[in-house]
Amino acid sequence: MSSIISVANLSKTYGSGFKALKNVNLDIKRGEIFALLGPNGAGKTTLISIICGIANPSEGRVLVGGEDIQTSYRKARSLIGLVPQELHTDAFESVWATVSFSRGLFGKPKNPDHIEKVLKDLSLWDKKDSKIITLSGGMKRRVMIAKALSHEPQILFLDEPTAGVDVELRKGMWEVVRTLQQSGVTIILTTHYIEEAEEMADRIGVINKGEIVLVEDKATLMQKLGKKRLTLHLQNKISSLPESLAHYELDLCDSGATLVYDYDTKGDRTGITSLLSDLRNAGIRFNDLDTTQSSLEDIFVDLVRTS
Amino acid sequence: MNHRAIRAIYLFEMARTWRTLLQSIVSPVVSTSLYFVVFGAAIGSRISQVEGVSYGTFIVPGLIMLSVLTQSIANASFGIYFPKFTGTIYEILSAPISYFEIVLGYVGAAATKSIILGLIILATAGLFVPLHIHHPVWMLAFLVLTAVTFSLFGFIIGIWADGFEKLQMIPMLVVTPLTFLGGSFYSIDMLPPAWRTVALLNPVVYLISGFRWSFYEIADVSVAVSIGMTIAFLVICLVVIWWIFRTGYRLKN
Repeated sequence: MSSIISVANLSKTYGSGFKALKNVNLDIKRGEIFALLGPNGAGKTTLISIICGIANPSEGRVLVGGEDIQTSYRKARSLIGLVPQELHTDAFESVWATVSFSRGLFGKPKNPDHIEKVLKDLSLWDKKDSKIITLSGGMKRRVMIAKALSHEPQILFLDEPTAGVDVELRKGMWEVVRTLQQSGVTIILTTHYIEEAEEMADRIGVINKGEIVLVEDKATLMQKLGKKRLTLHLQNKISSLPESLAHYELDLCDSGATLVYDYDTKGDRTGITSLLSDLRNAGIRFNDLDTTQSSLEDIFVDLVRTS
Repeated sequence: MNHRAIRAIYLFEMARTWRTLLQSIVSPVVSTSLYFVVFGAAIGSRISQVEGVSYGTFIVPGLIMLSVLTQSIANASFGIYFPKFTGTIYEILSAPISYFEIVLGYVGAAATKSIILGLIILATAGLFVPLHIHHPVWMLAFLVLTAVTFSLFGFIIGIWADGFEKLQMIPMLVVTPLTFLGGSFYSIDMLPPAWRTVALLNPVVYLISGFRWSFYEIADVSVAVSIGMTIAFLVICLVVIWWIFRTGYRLKN
């Protein structure tokens, strides 16, 4: 897949001297859903702001659809739809007027059919004549998405799209995002909800303190960094572990009713076979076992802590 | 040229005008009418003619300019300040639109509004005093030039302001005094010589003088100087706006 966004050696230093981005290199593939994860103040919004033209870069270069965002800003920006983190809306405008305004602003001819489709897809059609000030937070968020989609962008930036949105609505939005991807739109989302990235993304980038710490296919990332946990439910409680099992670093939980063993899926040997054999030799029997994969959240917390 | 974007901004701003018709149009007309009642009828009846024109008639161009100046600044400064305040400016900055086009949309709408207002006040004045315009084309030219120049000035204030207080400060502290001292209600020939010299430092004097000339062919300074000064101010505003966008001053980090 070719890159639709290419960020090279991008740095941003604010007037205060704060370095928000440090030599960032990043390629977004055409048609993918890319999730950018990072703690607060990591530089996610700054990166998006620069790509979209809201902030100036200090150093480096960004190409969008092969067009430089500074020298060829018209072509570059017309490909992008942006949904910012904050709910910035024209409170006294109607939904229809504000979405139509966005389309005009991006130089597209009027197309009421398209606006109608966007509003219907986002379940806003029955609110089209309502003033934005009268809408709920979730609806305002969808109005922002409708504005971003009004000019039929090839790339959609969603900066914390589901912050403050209830679970049902969040799932509805995920559906919208998936449908958009199927129609060929590249989606870049930043999120605090790890489950959102886990659920949606094809690839994941982690940014911390202005640096890209990692970019990886979600599946590979989970596999590469994922740890698994084996839980054994013992037939009879034990008060302590026999000496022969000491080197497995097992945890005895539930007052001696379960044994927990963490192992690395990256390793050639997981140690499971020998553990089970040693358990039998020690006379410890179990009536059930299960394994769980560590979530993206665990991986993320690990990465940010160590970077 | 992204003409659709200019149109979108222009129509969006004009829609705001129609939505707030009472504040936008009716209130300046009411306050100007009060000026005519107080200065034109009540006080004016005790003042002899000024340079061959009755006092009520004499103050018409000055009153129109007073409204056009203040409304141009108010419209344009609010027009660009409000998206900054609400945050919707993000969309303007991320759109495929040049700085020139942004200015054209906002300043065009602000100027249109104050020109319409100026013409409404002119029509209102016609109800109070007899009017004869010697040079209607020049009158319109001065009206448009002033509306555009001061809308540009308002745009600068709107970008510079980082609070509603600042948005009000320049119009209240600078523009209103300059307009009152700019010969709206008198000819600067009526001032003592020392004050006349001071008055000539006031750019508004040139605007009002030129505008009044287009009505009655009477002027405090020559018409050429009036036009020259107005265009000079226009150029200064354009240069400042060019600098604002080039540096991203108060717009971009």
